[in-house]
Amino acid sequence: MDLQTLTLLFVGATFALYIGIAIWARASSTREFYVAGGNIHPIANGMATAADWMSAASFISMAGLIAFYGYGGSIFLMGWTGGYVLLAMLLAPYLRKHGSFTVPEFISDRYYSKTARVVAVICLIIASITYVIGQMKGIGVAFSRFLEVDYETGLITGMSIVFIYAVMGGMKGITYTQIAQYVIMIIAYTIPAIFISFMLTGNPIPQLGLGSTLADGTYLLDKLDLIVTDLGFAEYTTQSRLSQTNMFVYTLSLMIGTAGLPHVIMRFFTVPTVKAARESAGWALVFIAILYTTAPAVSAMSRLILTETIDQPKAEHNLAYAERPSWFKNWEATGLLKFEDKNKDGLIQYTGDKTTNEMVKVDRDIMVLANPEIAGLPNWVIALVAAGGLAAALSTAAGLLLAIASAISHDLLKGVWHPEITEKQELLASRLSMIGAIALAGYFGFHPPDFAAGTVALAFGLAASSIFPVLMMGIFSKKINKEGAIAGMLSGIGVTLLYVFQHKGIMFVSSTSFLGDMSPNWFFGIEPNAFGAIGAMVNFTVAYAVSSVTAKIPKEVEAMIDNIRIPKAH
Amino acid sequence: MSSNNDYWKANISLILKCLIIWFCVSYLFGIVLVEELNNLRLGGYKLGFWFAQQGSIYTFVVLVFYYAKKMSDIDKRFNVDE
Repeated sequence: MDLQTLTLLFVGATFALYIGIAIWARASSTREFYVAGGNIHPIANGMATAADWMSAASFISMAGLIAFYGYGGSIFLMGWTGGYVLLAMLLAPYLRKHGSFTVPEFISDRYYSKTARVVAVICLIIASITYVIGQMKGIGVAFSRFLEVDYETGLITGMSIVFIYAVMGGMKGITYTQIAQYVIMIIAYTIPAIFISFMLTGNPIPQLGLGSTLADGTYLLDKLDLIVTDLGFAEYTTQSRLSQTNMFVYTLSLMIGTAGLPHVIMRFFTVPTVKAARESAGWALVFIAILYTTAPAVSAMSRLILTETIDQPKAEHNLAYAERPSWFKNWEATGLLKFEDKNKDGLIQYTGDKTTNEMVKVDRDIMVLANPEIAGLPNWVIALVAAGGLAAALSTAAGLLLAIASAISHDLLKGVWHPEITEKQELLASRLSMIGAIALAGYFGFHPPDFAAGTVALAFGLAASSIFPVLMMGIFSKKINKEGAIAGMLSGIGVTLLYVFQHKGIMFVSSTSFLGDMSPNWFFGIEPNAFGAIGAMVNFTVAYAVSSVTAKIPKEVEAMIDNIRIPKAH
Repeated sequence: MSSNNDYWKANISLILKCLIIWFCVSYLFGIVLVEELNNLRLGGYKLGFWFAQQGSIYTFVVLVFYYAKKMSDIDKRFNVDE
């Protein structure tokens, strides 16, 4: 069977599965719609959390980023896993004990304030929408690349599938679909990695293969260091990202941001007990770690194969352009791989020197997708990778859409505007807001705003600088009051946005960047994407200072804090 | 009430212990001391690089389960389990 038929078959089968689950797992109450009834097994929730968390970026882009950043790419590996340690110890168990349906609901109860709730909703919606735009784009691109349909057709197909199971089943439908999506995603990721690791090192486990020797007896990483430095690139295992300070702060921002992302936190409202919430965080991390420890192996191995195929240290061994392999031609056709014969010798020079380098474009995103082709794996593996990439994008999009929809129906409509509506009306409202959220995300998918590329900074920055600190202080301090929390959130976001926009323009419109005379990354050499941790520190400090000079928290809130700190119901 | 306070103190000290390890394996071994540790090797890995791309993640997994297990024991000891 040809590749396109196989891909169609694989993607079609997974979509049929998602729809089957949607019909089986319909939500009949708000409790089922928001928290899947609150009785999901911790291992099942761990798996769903892993799918919820690992997006198209983790699946497609991360290994490619690390392949070119080398050691500097470690920030993503540590940052996007270490956040679960914070989540497991500082947030999840207590928020589960409180038993709210949404993150802003907890903030509203703890800080006895509708204003705090509205501020939290705004942060949540901005962070989630910027994040969902990336997923929508991922879905459209995956379809257009693998099934050769229009970007628009792909986007509509993907959105319709999410529409069916998210609107019908809410959190319940999303949970069971995410479990299926995790299984598909992890198989699709690990199979090519196992093949390639075995091919290069004789060890089928990629995590061990990365530390093993190649056929010629040298260690894989030593060989890679040698090859890339010979070509004028930075040494793979030591190349840093800007500076040690920047890497430190960047990692911290990603960790705090991970722990503060509402669509991830919400997943821990679906387990039955506090104990289950703690364990579930562990299982989520296990399922995430399977992919995250495989990724660096994929990175190094694909960089090695790519470099060795194209260029050899001694120029007479260079690959002749006319003899390039078929995967090279396939990716050239997509425009993601570009060759320009600068010295007209018909050979490909791939070097770290921009003036002589003839590989003018090697898009990072092709590393994971092209891997099976480069390693000469059968067509069904390539088809599986396509289905896996879609599963990653769909599962994250659904989780984010639910976070947005519940913030609108539960926090704004029920919590602030119309507390008197019945459960039935709220369930209808939650379905309608889900439809609204999908339509909005679809609109951005069709008209990706100019600022789409810079939005990851915004999503993590906002989650780190606003949501994480108020949640943590709400649990661990009885001192922080309403005024402190609101001032803290606003100043945390304010500082983060100021730094990001100062570098990249207001809402990423570059012509509006201000303070143009200041040097880039002026604050201790920290890049804007890494600024969330600084915003969080500002949030903590301001909240503490404002709380010290304003009224104490009411007695009943103190009792509430005592209650969320212990697992036992009273 | 005082037993609840002791329970909370036990939780905090366990969290601090876990976060010290969390900090060491990622920020200390993976970033601050990476050059020094890279002089040592673990098979084909430079040790600092291994911590940054493998070891820290394995430790995180162990830490979360260790915390869950210990907390479960503490819950029972203070008779606050569900």
